[in-house]
Amino acid sequence: MFILEKLGRTTVSAVVEAGYIFALLVESLFWILVGPFFNQSVRVPSVFSQMMQIGIAAIPIVFVLSFAIGVMLAIQGIHTLKTFGAESQVVLGIAFSVTREFGPLITGILIAGRSGSALAARIGTMQVNQEIDALRVMGINPVRYLISPALLAVLIMVPTLTFFSDLAGLLGGAVYSGIELGLSYDAYASQSIEVLKVDDVMQGLYKSVVFATIIVMVGVVNGFSVKGGAEGVGKATTRSVVMAISFIVIADMIFTYFLNR
Amino acid sequence: MTDKNENTAIEVRDLVTHYGNTEILHGVNMAVKEGEIMIIMGGSGSGKSTLLRYLLGLGRPTRGSIHLLGKDITELDAREMHELRKNMGVAFQGGALLSSMTVGENVQLPLIEHTRLDRKTIQIMSRMKLEVVNLGGFENLMPAQLSGGMIKRAAVARAIVMDPKLMFFDEPSAGLDPVVSAELDDLILRLRDAMQMTIVVVTHELQSAFKIADRITVLDRGHILMIGSVDEVRNSENERIQSLLNRRPSTEEIHADEYLDRLTRI
Repeated sequence: MFILEKLGRTTVSAVVEAGYIFALLVESLFWILVGPFFNQSVRVPSVFSQMMQIGIAAIPIVFVLSFAIGVMLAIQGIHTLKTFGAESQVVLGIAFSVTREFGPLITGILIAGRSGSALAARIGTMQVNQEIDALRVMGINPVRYLISPALLAVLIMVPTLTFFSDLAGLLGGAVYSGIELGLSYDAYASQSIEVLKVDDVMQGLYKSVVFATIIVMVGVVNGFSVKGGAEGVGKATTRSVVMAISFIVIADMIFTYFLNR
Repeated sequence: MTDKNENTAIEVRDLVTHYGNTEILHGVNMAVKEGEIMIIMGGSGSGKSTLLRYLLGLGRPTRGSIHLLGKDITELDAREMHELRKNMGVAFQGGALLSSMTVGENVQLPLIEHTRLDRKTIQIMSRMKLEVVNLGGFENLMPAQLSGGMIKRAAVARAIVMDPKLMFFDEPSAGLDPVVSAELDDLILRLRDAMQMTIVVVTHELQSAFKIADRITVLDRGHILMIGSVDEVRNSENERIQSLLNRRPSTEEIHADEYLDRLTRI
């Protein structure tokens, strides 16, 4: 009975939280799209500043991780295909895997860990310090002021970083394939371009838009739910990272299933 | 929306609020006249901070009405509340300055959001308000670089930058030394006298309360014990008010069984 009760309570709170996330998302989009007509625009300087923090500052780490993924895929691909004497087909495997799967996934996970957690910590700290209440009583909608700029910045930067990650992953694959198979960069590039269609790259970019939304909304909801000072902020930050990464991986699985049937 | 007596800036009627299943305020009634400093006083857990939250429109009460400047905020939609908030200033206990902005940017924020004034005018106005709170020249510092008293004064500058009619203070003296606390008291009196603001101050600092109050509301466990002038409160024969004034622990007998029952109740 106790387990059933606990299960019921958990389910109800999960549904409530999902509804809250959805409502916040709708309100954030409302301010982005409709705010200017009410003379309540999203702050453009804040969008650019967050684009710098979330996107530009993440370029080096996205490059390193994506390059490493490309190299790993090449190592595994060549090793597996050697059994069939088809090592040269590794280019195809890397091209599809990176653009459809690993580019968006690694970027999403990285931004969730880096910027989603920062967002949760920032909003959580503001909540504890009554800064959110201060915004409300000043007649400034916290969703328009804090969430919409973050959402807009992430929606622009995550797909951009994903495309960059695709390129870095392909480069990693090219470097290792060049060393292992003696494949020239020109040959690797032309083979990749030949097998890849626009849809393959777009599939990754569509996913990245969903991942971006997950990162912001999970970070924000956890930030707003902070209670109990610094300890609460720490808990919310950790929860935000775990939740965002879990949702990203599950969303990726669902997307992959529907887009590849 | 109901038309109120012109002389009444704030009126609370039969306010009942809950936190979860627990009733916090049990039918509170009070009124604050225009240009008056009303102190809300009470011990920890008396409900004074909760009352302030509802006065600020930060929660929906279970029952009752709260009229600010003649408008029942429990019935206002978001747009009407947004307009009303331009006439309200709040200085939170910890200041609640936005930590990512300088002091000057914090003070300018309401003007940037609610007016179409040019940047130069906004800067001049924010400097003037910082001068009012004796923080002239501090506009480029970050909140983290200020002392507790300076943060509170900067918060007051931000709160008064739109020249609100209603001003709310949450524990203005908490955590301050007596000198800085006295400076803040003088500032509150200046705001009433020079800017004709109606001011509500939530505090448990007796010295400060008696110095600035026109009237005092004494809250206890979600009930109003009395509303009266400083002398009326001082001379009250109510035992709980005297306990509060003399900082004596309550002599009320606690029954162990009832106490344990309350603790273990789910």
